[in-house]
Amino acid sequence: MPPVIEVRNLHKRYDDKIAVDDVSLTVREGEIFGILGPNGAGKTTTVECVEGLRVPDRGEIRVLGLDPLHDRAELTRRLGVQLQAGHLPERLQVAEALQLYSSFYPRPADWRALLDGLGLADKAKTRYAKLSGGQKQRLSIALALIGGPRVAILDELTTGLDPQARRDTWDLIEGVRSRGTTIVLVTHFMEEAERLCDRLALIDAGRVVMVDTPAGLTERARIGQRIRFRPSRPVDDRLLTSLPDVSGVTRQGELVVVNGNDNALNAVTTVLARNQIVAEQLRVEQASLEDAFVRLTGRRPDGPDPR
Amino acid sequence: MSALPTAERGSATWRLVKAESTLCVRDKVAPLWGIGFPLVLLIVLGSVPDLREPVEGSGGLTYFDLYVPVLVLFNLAILATASLPTTLAGYRENGVLRRMRTTPVGPARVLAAQLVANFAIAVVAMVLFLAVAGFGFGVDLPQHLPGFALAWLLAAGALLAIGLLITALAPGRGPATAIGTVLFFPMMFFAGLWVPISQMPPLLRDIAHYTPLGAGMGAFQDAYLGHFPSAVPLLTLAAYAVVCAFAAVRWFRWE
Repeated sequence: MPPVIEVRNLHKRYDDKIAVDDVSLTVREGEIFGILGPNGAGKTTTVECVEGLRVPDRGEIRVLGLDPLHDRAELTRRLGVQLQAGHLPERLQVAEALQLYSSFYPRPADWRALLDGLGLADKAKTRYAKLSGGQKQRLSIALALIGGPRVAILDELTTGLDPQARRDTWDLIEGVRSRGTTIVLVTHFMEEAERLCDRLALIDAGRVVMVDTPAGLTERARIGQRIRFRPSRPVDDRLLTSLPDVSGVTRQGELVVVNGNDNALNAVTTVLARNQIVAEQLRVEQASLEDAFVRLTGRRPDGPDPR
Repeated sequence: MSALPTAERGSATWRLVKAESTLCVRDKVAPLWGIGFPLVLLIVLGSVPDLREPVEGSGGLTYFDLYVPVLVLFNLAILATASLPTTLAGYRENGVLRRMRTTPVGPARVLAAQLVANFAIAVVAMVLFLAVAGFGFGVDLPQHLPGFALAWLLAAGALLAIGLLITALAPGRGPATAIGTVLFFPMMFFAGLWVPISQMPPLLRDIAHYTPLGAGMGAFQDAYLGHFPSAVPLLTLAAYAVVCAFAAVRWFRWE
């Protein structure tokens, strides 16, 4: 089966700034594909080229076998888009917007079901300008899905939503995917990427650093384990650093923090037992996707791209 | 997800026109300043006996007779300088047009729907003003009705094209409103809102004939007096419509 989205050697610059240097990626049918990366990494520019909103300087893009620039009419019927900054007329009511947008597509989804699914049913008669940020966000998700698209590209899906609304939105997206829609998610939320995405492309400085499952990405960052405990009596750091599975030892007050590979826990507990030291309040943390992100890009994942 | 019956959906274009018309009415600029204000003015002026005196050099038309077409032009001018460009520049600024680019319908049809909505409001206003002037104050309809209709269509075309050009050239909603306001007053002056064109000094009168509303007024006056409007005002209006529409299309930006 041909890939749903194929991007090859995409390059895009704005005046003197290279937004996307060289991005290649493949999105498969039926998956939730995440695009993760720090601010200004080129995530949004990449998807805007895929949507046909921007003209790439170089490279090739196919969406469902269509060229985003030349086959616009056909593409817009099959591709649902949620823009990071895309609005509606201020005085348009929620239900009016959904009805209007559903008239644009040959086989639209049921807008009332979308309204319910996104918790906007009681806002049907509310004007766009009177909606809260989170409600506007949910409406823009609904509009991305209203055409019953084969592929939906969602940029900053849950930015501005409270935790409950975020979880509800994740459930909705999983439901949409289970009905056969392929989803591309641009995000900077690690929790969201970990929970929703089948595969992730990590983009940094306009290039794809790595494409893998969330677990695979974490593994490949080779961060291993972090072990914290309070020793029952003073322990010499050298006792631990001499272990081949341990990569580092630090102290946080009374606590000893040991970093090491997947065998570190075994090695540490063994050497402590041999020296009759009890590890109190022992905690083992697996590296998170966030740790992997920091390791692989050298940056912290912060807020959405500034506009 | 089930498809809705086609009847409920209607065609996208028709729904857009309906939505944009609803939005125009909710926006209040068109109904309030485009219809309400000139209508009140019409009623007030119609109640002033002094305005029932014939204007010198106007073929026997009274001051009030002349105010009826002036207020018809007032409506067009409000739509073209305040309603249309402010709305469309706002759409561009807020990403409404950009959002439309990702749908099968595209942003050009939003523009078209806005034009149709404003045109519809203009038709309603024109009919209403003529009816109120006729039934309320005994002002006869233009004697040459087809000529009047043609002149009005050309005037509406010219003014809406000017509105589009303002939208195209203004970088945002604020500047669009400012340009519109600055254009509105001189245009209305040359339509004869404050002084009838025939009472203006010769230089101003000559200028007036080549402004969009002055040309519109000249064509309307011909129609009121029973002639088919002369070529100069009609061609002037057509030229404004074509040139401004062409320039607007040339320089229009969706984002």
